[in-house]
Amino acid sequence: MNIFRFSSPQTFYPLAGRLVPVFAVLAAAFLAAGLYIGFFEAPTDAVQGEVYRIIHIHVAAAWMSMFIYLVMAFWSAIGLGLGTRLSFYMTQALAPTGALFCFIALWTGALWGRPTWGAYWVWDARLTSQLLLLFLYFGFIALTRSIEDPRRADKAGAIIALVGAVNVPIIYFSVKWWNTLHQGASVKPGGSSMASVMLWAMLLTALGCWFYSLAVTLTRARSIILERERHTDWASIEIARLGSK
Amino acid sequence: MVWQSFSDFIDMGGRGAFVWGSYGLSFLLMAAELWLLRSRRKQSIRRLCQLQQLEQQKD
Repeated sequence: MNIFRFSSPQTFYPLAGRLVPVFAVLAAAFLAAGLYIGFFEAPTDAVQGEVYRIIHIHVAAAWMSMFIYLVMAFWSAIGLGLGTRLSFYMTQALAPTGALFCFIALWTGALWGRPTWGAYWVWDARLTSQLLLLFLYFGFIALTRSIEDPRRADKAGAIIALVGAVNVPIIYFSVKWWNTLHQGASVKPGGSSMASVMLWAMLLTALGCWFYSLAVTLTRARSIILERERHTDWASIEIARLGSK
Repeated sequence: MVWQSFSDFIDMGGRGAFVWGSYGLSFLLMAAELWLLRSRRKQSIRRLCQLQQLEQQKD
């Protein structure tokens, strides 16, 4: 099978439509499993007590916020390099979900920081660079929606996505490079400092969030494809079909 | 099982507001995103249909 066939919006649109329900079911299953283990199987933390249970959603959301930005940068590079329209549609479909997870990471972090550090917010390197990521998401969304010519909006957005990607390794390594109040990484390549049941809960929740993002992003991409390709034959047929339902 | 009772579970060792505040808003926002996605898709399809009909009338 030639996977490059799916780089055309016309072939990608029905494929995405078939994948969305599968990803949605997987998202619900992994989220349910992760939360069940996180709340009912994982033991009380010896130092932090019960409040550490925020970690499952906090880390999952923070990972997703960084990962989605990198995926946006990847599609932007492909789009700018090869001129594929679908790459730009994907970048724009990803941004709102990335912003959502970025906000969730900041919000849950604040509610975790208050009981453990005594402050909702501190201007340390990790928190500040994560806040910058949220502004990059907002900037991307605002810019792409404010430029009237869609193809210019695609290119401008791609440039923000690529330039802003520099911030992602800064977020990730900030706890190593600077002296931060935020704790260091619990999960590193080659080992983890967490009890394995806690780690499982976190990984399953993260997988759930990953499938959620896939389902939501593909649904949004389908809408973008219809809007942007509406003058092509196949899209007009699809629009007429959807309208008659 | 780490919880003695349901109220023990809700209390989260005295940190219930922080734990449930985190999960509550997270799921509320995800649900809101799903709802928005659905209503935007419907709106967009309706608009595209209207545009299509307008263009057909012009031809």
